[in-house]
Amino acid sequence: MTARSCPVAAVWRRRLSSLGFFIVLLFLWQGICSLALWDEALLPAPLQVWQALAGGVQDGTMAAAVLASMKRLFVGYGLSLAIGIPLGLLLGRNRLLDDTAGSLAVGLQALPSICWLPLAVLWFGLSETAMQFVVVMGSFMSVTLAVRDGVKSIPPLYIRASRVLGARGWFFYGHVLLPASMPALLTGTKLGWSFAWRSLMAAELLYGSIGIGSTLMSGRELHDMALVVAAMLVIVAIGLLFDRVLFQAGERYIQRRWGT
Amino acid sequence: MAVIELRNVSRHFVADSGVVPAITALDLTVREGEFLCLVGPSGCGKSTLLNLIAGFERPDSGSVLVDGIVVEKPGPERFVIFQEPALFPWLNVRRNVAFGLKVAGLSQPEQDGRVNELLQLVHLSRFADAWIHELSGGMKQRVALARALALDPAILLMDEPFAALDAQTRDLLHEEMEQIWQRTGKTIIFVTHNVREAVRLGTRVILMSPHGGGISREYPIDLPRNRFLEDFDVARIASVIRDDLRRESMSAGEGGSP
Repeated sequence: MTARSCPVAAVWRRRLSSLGFFIVLLFLWQGICSLALWDEALLPAPLQVWQALAGGVQDGTMAAAVLASMKRLFVGYGLSLAIGIPLGLLLGRNRLLDDTAGSLAVGLQALPSICWLPLAVLWFGLSETAMQFVVVMGSFMSVTLAVRDGVKSIPPLYIRASRVLGARGWFFYGHVLLPASMPALLTGTKLGWSFAWRSLMAAELLYGSIGIGSTLMSGRELHDMALVVAAMLVIVAIGLLFDRVLFQAGERYIQRRWGT
Repeated sequence: MAVIELRNVSRHFVADSGVVPAITALDLTVREGEFLCLVGPSGCGKSTLLNLIAGFERPDSGSVLVDGIVVEKPGPERFVIFQEPALFPWLNVRRNVAFGLKVAGLSQPEQDGRVNELLQLVHLSRFADAWIHELSGGMKQRVALARALALDPAILLMDEPFAALDAQTRDLLHEEMEQIWQRTGKTIIFVTHNVREAVRLGTRVILMSPHGGGISREYPIDLPRNRFLEDFDVARIASVIRDDLRRESMSAGEGGSP
């Protein structure tokens, strides 16, 4: 039986080879550290990182940090979607709005969101709100612009057909424009997510009480590089988890319907 | 009773090279239940004429009336079938066909019943739950036909609907169109660049002049049904129209066959 005729075997072969790659990488890392070519304070060995991670999990500090970050992220990212998606739909349909608010969004998009931190702290104090504000500023414009571009690239034929079918007003927005821009919506939410995640980490590094970015920063202050790397791994893991769970479901939805 | 009337209708476009007339001072009456086919060289304004009746465009002067009422916007009573099937990829076959019924506010059981009937009519009952990208070109066009018939429009406007299909599929769809027209008595305006297709389907064929010159000639087609593309009479009339069409194109300085 060939690999082509047995997709399950092919999938497992691919999984095993990527797992093997990471195991080899881990051994290489441990091996180089064992050679003691440099001070272990500069780059910790995998075992030390594992101990830091396990310690953080055991005393509950890691869970608390992740939870605090997730809360900020969900509020900030949720707000970004709630503002960005409707705004993007409107901008895509209304030339005047696009020329005004749209170009403002394009301009602000050039500004890394962390630059908002001084103003955010001034307006909202050293609070959760300030950080959520930075997250929103980081992601909502990219969501808006991606959705706008998606609406603009809807084939005009769909719009014509929907008018012949009698769809107007809210029905048109809900049953034609929104689903027709689904592929762009997915791209937009994905882009927004990665901007939100990066903005949050930047904000937590600069200022924060509890959070996974703050954990990383306290590792730096204590010269505990094992903790720094452990926090980095947790950040990677959360990013991957969302990409796999949330967006792959969306991609399957698109693929089934659009067939691409 | 005249169902569609165009009175002294003109329509032009502005291009880089200046004003391009699409239709000039055109008068046309389409009777109820007529199967009217429009042929003509490319750029003769036949698609513009369809768009005016559909309500996608408004005339620069003159008026377009349907049952005595001025056409102002597109709507399901004048259903347009495009060359591309224009089905919605986010809905399966069943829900594409049901879309217009949903807009019209029919209840779910009413929608289901009507959709089942329509899918049977176009021989696609087995594919009710398929996604659009899984269908062939001919199947897609049949779904588009079912979606058009769902709201029982008095008028069907078809813009080269079978141009992108292979010959066998087109033959089948000609038969289905003929049957649907005979059974429902709808008024159909059918734009095509294929003269033989026009003669095979139409009760009347209109040849349009190039560069917005309007109607050049009319040919009533009184051949018995059901017709076939290979019928001798269909071929004979088509060749007459084709000669006229060629003369039109030559005199307009196009210098070749259309």
